[in-house]
Amino acid sequence: MMALLETRDLRKSFGNNHVCRGIDLEVEAGQMVCLIGASGSGKSTLLKCLNLLEPIDDGVILLDGQDISIPGLDPQPVRQRIGMVFQSFNLFPHMTARENVLLAPRRVFGKSRAELGPSVDALFERFGLADRMAHYPDQLSGGQQQRVAIIRALAMDPEIMLFDEITSALDPELVGEVLDVLRQLRETGMTMILATHEMGFARELADKVCFLDAGVIHEEGAPEELLTHPQKDRTRAFLSRIL
Amino acid sequence: MITRRQAYEARIRRRATLVAGGSTLAVFLAIVLLVPFAPGWPAVKKSFFNADVFAETFPGLLNAFLLDVAIFAWSAPLIFLLGLLVALARDVRAPAAYPLKLFAILYTDIFRGVPVILVIYLVGFGIPGLGLPRPWNSPYIWGTVALVLTYAAYVAEVFRTGIEGIHQSQRAAAASLGLSGADTMRFVILPQAIRKVVPANMNLFIALQKDVALLSFIGPVEIFRQAGVYKSLLANFTPYVGAALIFLAITIPATRYADYLLSKQMKART
Ligand SMILES: Nc1ncnc2c1ncn2[C@@H]1O[C@H](COP(=O)(O)OP(=O)(O)OP(=O)(O)O)[C@@H](O)[C@H]1O
Ligand SMILES: [Mg+2]
Repeated sequence: MMALLETRDLRKSFGNNHVCRGIDLEVEAGQMVCLIGASGSGKSTLLKCLNLLEPIDDGVILLDGQDISIPGLDPQPVRQRIGMVFQSFNLFPHMTARENVLLAPRRVFGKSRAELGPSVDALFERFGLADRMAHYPDQLSGGQQQRVAIIRALAMDPEIMLFDEITSALDPELVGEVLDVLRQLRETGMTMILATHEMGFARELADKVCFLDAGVIHEEGAPEELLTHPQKDRTRAFLSRIL
Repeated sequence: MITRRQAYEARIRRRATLVAGGSTLAVFLAIVLLVPFAPGWPAVKKSFFNADVFAETFPGLLNAFLLDVAIFAWSAPLIFLLGLLVALARDVRAPAAYPLKLFAILYTDIFRGVPVILVIYLVGFGIPGLGLPRPWNSPYIWGTVALVLTYAAYVAEVFRTGIEGIHQSQRAAAASLGLSGADTMRFVILPQAIRKVVPANMNLFIALQKDVALLSFIGPVEIFRQAGVYKSLLANFTPYVGAALIFLAITIPATRYADYLLSKQMKART
């Protein structure tokens, strides 16, 4: 089976800081892949590269077999197919939750609010935020803001969703409601890549866990194997530090 | 129900108000009582604070002030627009648009670097001197253009800092949704940036309101020029005091309001 998203020898540096030194990642359709690794190991950078928010230096990124990392390629059509949710929510503060969600489909697909209304309202309904649509981001809790951010990305009907430590900025009691959204998404068969520190969650739902270290995927495998019986010393050291 | 803390704070506040009021009154009384003892006071009073002259000239001054208001009213939107366009031109990244960017940089540098009055003289006298047909030879028009050119440069800088002040994660979020650069600017960055710089722009527009008086040097009979006419006619400076009062009646509330908006923003951010 061909991977839906694949990187081959992906390299990315900021000046002399070589963050990705040849990353080979394969994500099949419907899979949920978790990226783990120490702070600064390049999880966010890798996700941004996949979304073409950061240009890569070398290697290729294949989406459905097509090279999307050709220098000079228009990134917009690719970004519609790959949604991204950030640690700090990044909602647009001057718009209501609903307007946040409507903006991109309106502008990119040229649809009207009326056309989009039913499907967008259904998304709010599905994630338990129907009564928060008219609120501004600063009137919402962190967990609610993050769920709006997820809805905003889903409204573009992406094939793949990238999540960058989306629960790290939340108070502990709000983490659950956001993870529930991911569980729901998982059931719909959405292809997802998560950078996360939630090992319990990774173990519960991931198809594959990749440990990033020194700019490469140092070790990868099914969650119960990698998280309980890591083969390599550095993986073991990392896991013993955080568990 | 008032808590002990609230009662205490209310007591402190009352005392602070009393002390502030008392000391202000004392200083004010001292000025009112002592200034008349100055040897030149009777002469100053006669030529600057003459009640008869004031009553006679004030309606005429108010009338002339309408021209200031009119000049302000049609230059302010132009300044806003031009300033915004220049700020956007400085933000463009396409190589083809580089000349535009260069022009915008030159423009802001030049017009912020020259005193307003010089621009008014050069544009207000220079361009009509080209021998344009009426009404295009009017110093009223070109003087206003000079004001617009100068103030748009300042407003452009304010907008630019506003645009740069929007956190880069907002651009990243917009880009990740597939929004184009132009849409990101129009729907995400600009609305936030414009709101953020309202107080700074208000201060510029208050300054503009005062600088309209500079046009009097090249022709239009606005309030400052009208006051000068009365001064020569009546050999008395009171009309200038009247003009100053009229300006203050506008600028003080406007300044207070800008400060209020600014402090509200500061509070919202913390
Ligand atoms: N825009 C940038 N410019 C320069 N250096 C950057 C930039 N973004 C990231 N880096 C550097 O790249 C390295 C990897 O950062 P990255 O944010 O990808 O790590 P991470 O694994 O997501 O860490 P964390 O768990 O703290 O989020 C760091 O050394 C960081 O300083
Ligand atoms: Mg990160």
